[in-house]
Amino acid sequence: MFIKKRPSWALPSCEITPESAYLNRRQFMSGTIAVAAGLSIPGLVSAAQLPVPGEALDFVAMPGYSTDEEKTPLEDVTQYNNFYEFGTGKGDPARYANEMTVDPWSVVVEGECGRPGKYALEDILKPHEYQERVYRLRCVEAWSMVIPWIGVPLADVLQKFEPNLRARYVYFETLYDPDQMRGQRSLFSTIDWPYQEGLRMDEAMNELGFLAVGLYGKTMPNQNGAPIRLVLPWKYGFKSIKSIVKIRFQEQRPKTTWEMIAPQEYGFYANVNPEVDHPRWSQKRERRLPSGLLSPNWMETEKFNGYAEQVAHLYKGMDLRKYY
Amino acid sequence: MTWSGWSGHPRFLLVFRLLAALLASLPLLLLGQGIFARSLGPDPGQAVTESLGIAALQLLIATLAMTPLRRWTGWGGWIRIRRMLGLFAFFYAVLHVLAFLQFVLGWTDLWATFTKRPYIVAGALSFLMLVPLALTSTKGMMKRLGKHWKQLHKLVYPIVVVAWIHFVWQARSDVGEMVFYGVLVLFLLAVRWRWGGSRSMIPFVRG
Repeated sequence: MFIKKRPSWALPSCEITPESAYLNRRQFMSGTIAVAAGLSIPGLVSAAQLPVPGEALDFVAMPGYSTDEEKTPLEDVTQYNNFYEFGTGKGDPARYANEMTVDPWSVVVEGECGRPGKYALEDILKPHEYQERVYRLRCVEAWSMVIPWIGVPLADVLQKFEPNLRARYVYFETLYDPDQMRGQRSLFSTIDWPYQEGLRMDEAMNELGFLAVGLYGKTMPNQNGAPIRLVLPWKYGFKSIKSIVKIRFQEQRPKTTWEMIAPQEYGFYANVNPEVDHPRWSQKRERRLPSGLLSPNWMETEKFNGYAEQVAHLYKGMDLRKYY
Repeated sequence: MTWSGWSGHPRFLLVFRLLAALLASLPLLLLGQGIFARSLGPDPGQAVTESLGIAALQLLIATLAMTPLRRWTGWGGWIRIRRMLGLFAFFYAVLHVLAFLQFVLGWTDLWATFTKRPYIVAGALSFLMLVPLALTSTKGMMKRLGKHWKQLHKLVYPIVVVAWIHFVWQARSDVGEMVFYGVLVLFLLAVRWRWGGSRSMIPFVRG
């Protein structure tokens, strides 16, 4: 797929622990030379550990956009997912997402912009350098993860399509293909497929907005939204739409999938906010995964998931209890 | 020996009851195995709480199925395991409530949880109604309560309905599982309605 060669001026990432070493850090620490030698060659050992064999990507680490909190292990990031297109169980996406073909992939761009059209994914990504950003992900269900994403800034990609002055919102859509996505075949689903999301244009242009094509240094596993997904770390996870096939610039505010199902529970903005409870549970705290039975990993949830400095200005003067 | 001969044999009944007990313990055994093998995923507290809740609902439904089974098969063995199944349902409900308090809430936010969240209120209500049934499940209590015992234990009908509502109100998008259990509950209540009329379904009323 879209493997990029690292340009000569870009420094290799030296801050990132290879995932294999990370996953086996206890063994690693124990210091057997043989083990250490084996694990220090990523690709040799790690390929066998990946549930979906990903291709290594070249990227530049972005410390300014990364947290140094402990990362959620790859295993949990790829086995514990909400991707209802493949079923509502947390393990369903890992089980069934391999039924989806992600190569070739194209994205339709339409609406209020100068360069609408159907783009091959490679063409969208080509002009951009891959970055790695380690973001917190806070699910509306009150659990959270820390994930090293590989991708490109959302604003850079959107700008290339030359949105015009009437483009006040941007709409995103996930693949709809019941043959490949068994969750869309369910008779009892209340979701009106395809999955839809949207952002106000200034939100989409914020520096934090990220279009991810991989994680832990490799191409995106299908269950995490391959081949291209949104990552909006200051919003609840469901805003970060997966497996995107359509981007539309529009004047009217789009309706989002969760808003259509339960508007009193899931607003358009869905900013992480400990002060506004979900009607069914509190949002004051979160369980940082992996959590244990005897030692639950509780922590206080921060406003805008700790990214207030970068995004709070977007919502100045807005009543966040009303615009949740 | 004929079916009617050996189906009433004490040893056959004992084996039947042991099998039923084993089956009713299965959710707990599987959960224990999952905890031991660390195969419950990165959020085991949530997984344990949900599994225990489902087990409680399943056992409640199983309890409700015993009377119709006796009527259809004419075999009294079903009734001999009814109390045990009911107590298993209570047992899972107790563990479910404790797991929720410990793993999901961490004993915080209690007031808001039990006043503001409708699905929790429904779950709590269902659990509270189950308590007197468990407490009066002994032979001694049956004797002491006499005809009132049956009237009291009709509470199991609202209990299973409210427990189901508690389950449905947690649905996010796919309601397949809820529909499945709902159909079972509806069916088990409908046959009673047909047999005894609506009065027979109301707790604290003779019928």
